[in-house]
Amino acid sequence: MESYAYAAPSSVSETVALLAQNASEGRQTQILAGGTDVLVQMRAAGHTPRTIIDIKTLAETNRLDVSADGIYIGAAVPSAVINEHALLRSALPGLLEAADLIGSTQIQGRATICGNLCNASPAGDSIPAMIAAGAICEIATAAGSREIAAEDFVVGVGRNALAPGEFLLGLKLAMPSAETKDAYLRFTPRTEMDIAVAGVGVSLTVAGGRCTQARVAIGAVAPTAMLVPEAAEALIGTDLNDTALHQAGEACKAAASPISDKRGTAEYRKKVVAVLCRRAIVVAHQRIQGA
Amino acid sequence: MARLQVETVINGEPREFLCDANQSMLDVLRDELGLTGTKEGCGTGDCGACSVLVDGRLVCSCLMLGVEASGKSVETIEGIAGEDGLHPLQRQFLENAALQCGICTPGFIVASKALLAKNPNPDEETIRYWLAGNLCRCTGYDKIIRAVQDAAAEMSHPA
Repeated sequence: MESYAYAAPSSVSETVALLAQNASEGRQTQILAGGTDVLVQMRAAGHTPRTIIDIKTLAETNRLDVSADGIYIGAAVPSAVINEHALLRSALPGLLEAADLIGSTQIQGRATICGNLCNASPAGDSIPAMIAAGAICEIATAAGSREIAAEDFVVGVGRNALAPGEFLLGLKLAMPSAETKDAYLRFTPRTEMDIAVAGVGVSLTVAGGRCTQARVAIGAVAPTAMLVPEAAEALIGTDLNDTALHQAGEACKAAASPISDKRGTAEYRKKVVAVLCRRAIVVAHQRIQGA
Repeated sequence: MARLQVETVINGEPREFLCDANQSMLDVLRDELGLTGTKEGCGTGDCGACSVLVDGRLVCSCLMLGVEASGKSVETIEGIAGEDGLHPLQRQFLENAALQCGICTPGFIVASKALLAKNPNPDEETIRYWLAGNLCRCTGYDKIIRAVQDAAAEMSHPA
């Protein structure tokens, strides 16, 4: 009978080689970073033993770079660490408020936003925020690395775009200009420790009173979090008046294809996603204005 | 398969233990090291009863593998009291009767210690948000919050 094994490789090439070796021997592997989803899944009935590959010992996955040249958030950097980074908080307040909504203080001490992305839950709070912020996923492959946009990373409920033998190294983001700010809002029945009924991430650039760039992403209202280009188009070129906000909200509603479950009906989720979209735009706009 | 040998520091003392690859840190503490002060509530990271500090960071030991403690410094409820008696948090939990069955108490005290290390004078809202991952099903939370506030006051103005 197969049993669990544990490895903590010291380099990316060693990690990729181990993934390939396990695959060739027909063994399953599980990449481990914060472990707050992985350990719960491991304890579930019927879970097959596998080789756990801990990526917290890699220099690359522990990188947290925040400078004018760009932002890099390694796959092993916990939410608590990014939330304590003052410069990152002013650069990407929306992404950090999304990370801050995931789980308790204890969970945030281990959980990573890259893990939230890999886990690929439709309701993962950081995913719409990183899509809105324009995050690029850097993936380690046998040949080196490849990059894909955050909105292309999740391909279905619990399924991501990683091919066998690959793992997520980290997220790359541009350093936003002073005219660019993001925001993330979600709705839950209580204030803490809950899973989103709907969530909206927005990133806006406003210059000379006009919105020049926008990205709007929705979560928990479709099998995957998704970019809504129609919502961005409704905002660009406007002064973010009520009509533009309403149209962006309606675009989110139209893009949503939610399920009905104990947290809310499909009809309710569609209504809420439009409201959250309008409110998140207002928050991001106020942040640009320094309000 | 062979068990894994792990070298770590627990409550300031170097410790070695053997564990299985999929054994949680919580199970290592309780079953391998005899440190049963840390409790298992849910086993899924929802209740906070298994809270410990790893390199000063508050975590759920049920969501961490024992082998991940390698090279780290772990602090449990057993390491909270000083040589000259109870920690102010422990004393104030007793003074305020902030416990009944006691299963959640080690987690609350470890979590509160992490809060006071970061913020020596937290307001009530800050305490409530920080402790949102610690569940108590007996006392309600008011006495716990008051105990943390009183411990914070005592620690910033020692008698």
